[in-house]
Amino acid sequence: MEKFTTVSGPAAPLLRANVDTDVIIPIQRLVGTGRTGLGPYAFERLRYEKDGSDNPDFVLNRPQYRGSPILLAGPNFGCGSSREGAVWALMGMGFRAVIAPSFGDIFFNNCSQNGMLPIVLPMDIIDRIAAETEAAQGARHTTVDLARQLVVTPDGTEIPFTVDGRKKEALLLGLDDIALTLRLKDRIEGWYAADRAARPWTWEGVER
Amino acid sequence: MPTLLDKIWDPHVVADLGNGWSLLYCDRVLVHDLSGGRALQEVGEAGYPVARPDLVFATPDHAVSSAPGRTSETFPTGARLLAGLRKRVAETGVRMFDLGEDGNGIVHVMGPELGIVLPGTTLVCGDSHTCTNGGVGALAFGIGASELKHVLATQTLPQRKPRSMRIRFEGAAPAGVTPKDMILAAIGRFGAAAGTGYAVEYAGSAVRALSVEGRLTLCNLSIEMGAKMGMVAADDTTFQWLHGRDFAPKGASWDAAVAAWRKLPSDDDAVFDRDLLIDMRDIAPQITWGTSPEQVLPVTGIVPNPADAPDDEKRNAWEAALTYMGLTPGAPIAGTKVDWVFIGSCTNSRIEDLRAAAEVLRGRKVANHVTAWVVPGSERVKHEAEAEGLDAAFREAGFEWREPGCALCVAANGESVPPGARCVSTSNRNFVGRQGTGARTHLASPAMAAAAAVAGAIADVRHYAA
Repeated sequence: MEKFTTVSGPAAPLLRANVDTDVIIPIQRLVGTGRTGLGPYAFERLRYEKDGSDNPDFVLNRPQYRGSPILLAGPNFGCGSSREGAVWALMGMGFRAVIAPSFGDIFFNNCSQNGMLPIVLPMDIIDRIAAETEAAQGARHTTVDLARQLVVTPDGTEIPFTVDGRKKEALLLGLDDIALTLRLKDRIEGWYAADRAARPWTWEGVER
Repeated sequence: MPTLLDKIWDPHVVADLGNGWSLLYCDRVLVHDLSGGRALQEVGEAGYPVARPDLVFATPDHAVSSAPGRTSETFPTGARLLAGLRKRVAETGVRMFDLGEDGNGIVHVMGPELGIVLPGTTLVCGDSHTCTNGGVGALAFGIGASELKHVLATQTLPQRKPRSMRIRFEGAAPAGVTPKDMILAAIGRFGAAAGTGYAVEYAGSAVRALSVEGRLTLCNLSIEMGAKMGMVAADDTTFQWLHGRDFAPKGASWDAAVAAWRKLPSDDDAVFDRDLLIDMRDIAPQITWGTSPEQVLPVTGIVPNPADAPDDEKRNAWEAALTYMGLTPGAPIAGTKVDWVFIGSCTNSRIEDLRAAAEVLRGRKVANHVTAWVVPGSERVKHEAEAEGLDAAFREAGFEWREPGCALCVAANGESVPPGARCVSTSNRNFVGRQGTGARTHLASPAMAAAAAVAGAIADVRHYAA
């Protein structure tokens, strides 16, 4: 997994509520494709005109937000489907952090599996970061510092955020969960042996 | 004191990982064609064996054609995915219920149907509607590709215990009100993010009165309220429904299981982090009008006006939704002309759903301008329906009787609702482009969908009583 330490750049505002993962990446783009190459299809239903040209009214198409590493979003961002392709598509577009008042639970977990940092901040602070960025035409940057758990707004205000300790460590070091879990292999097998004795009916029907 | 959530979660904790994280044992894993082959491949490529292939079950459903007479080659892109899944399950020893075989179907239909999921078990699948399986009293939730890889390699997942929410539905169901209407009404009232961070337990007299099929429908839409887990405590209805199913315990083991399962319901004095109540008298048949499941109305309602929205954010969302949906504020939602009707999906493709729709269709015809599809949820549902003559009833009314799969719910199989077309659908998501680019989706119950097919417009099912 890609490490996350600090990220800095113009913060791109997509401030609508309930942006679902179908909007982030249509399922048709995930049928038989891999984890890479999805960037061009992120938000494609909002981002392009019918003829495939860029929709000039879509905020992320504005020059100052192209290639932005930080996405500002509205409540319940990433709701809906479990497709991890939503995270891969956002990363393919260049995003490394998403700041929203709330997230879909599955999307939130998928982010940190891929080196993407989801940050929960109140909407008024997100609106303020967007306003400061807009006032500077994107020329002033927002910084996300994971180690210090701070978002530094374009005007230099430091906003603290909370992050789960386990996810923070994994993101900072780029750790692979599987290797960590398999250190507990004896306990996993011990759990199963005990449960096999305690709840045999759970297992008898499927064992071979 | 403990809730149903506590009674399933706590015994499944293998280790405390600190910071509120637990390593949770996953009793069952379901995989499907869209992501299952890749997940199994990635586990192998990372150098890990599949930890417990006997606990993993595969079924192709997402990217398979639903056309009558289909084969696995009918949708070529899906055929490649399915070939990959077949190869990986053969290598790893995972059981698969292949296309056209007994047991095949939509993953959240076949899991309960085969008794793969049982009360008190944990189950995960790379699909957000895994919460459906909570309808038998299990703790089931959707996960992403990386978590799926983790669970295949270790049979466990690091998870934080969610907060507990209970929604009680009290009273008798009014005419025309089905489990789909109950859960849509709850999402409309509490919002599409109300359940974020929670496991929801559905309770109350109206839930006790539901069949297992109805409970699966109820739990299916938990994720549309933001909750990745939804549950109904198992009871005699559940036990009777599960008894004798393929992977359910047998004989003395069954009796021991039922005795243990009877201890799983939340204690009478259990306290929930959030406890909500819905009076069934307040629910009428529901239909969504927008592009989020929370944008829902009773069928007697009028299309809302953004000027009446409670705040700017909602006003903008309503305006965008009305534009996309091509609706006029202030107009009655009933009477809105419909081009397509889809009955199917992991929400509403079980035998009771098909019976309810067929009941409305008896002696009636689908309006000429409507394309109407019914896609049974599994091979078993299809055969049971055919044995009852439901396929003939649908065909006589003008529906296409198709082959099991996710089909028009997610449009990942080359089938879609055309741009601009309006579809009344029994599925779970009315998101922009969900049923195809530009497609306009109205979510409703199977009976409401059948009524819309006949009327050629959104219609109140209560006017179509048999």
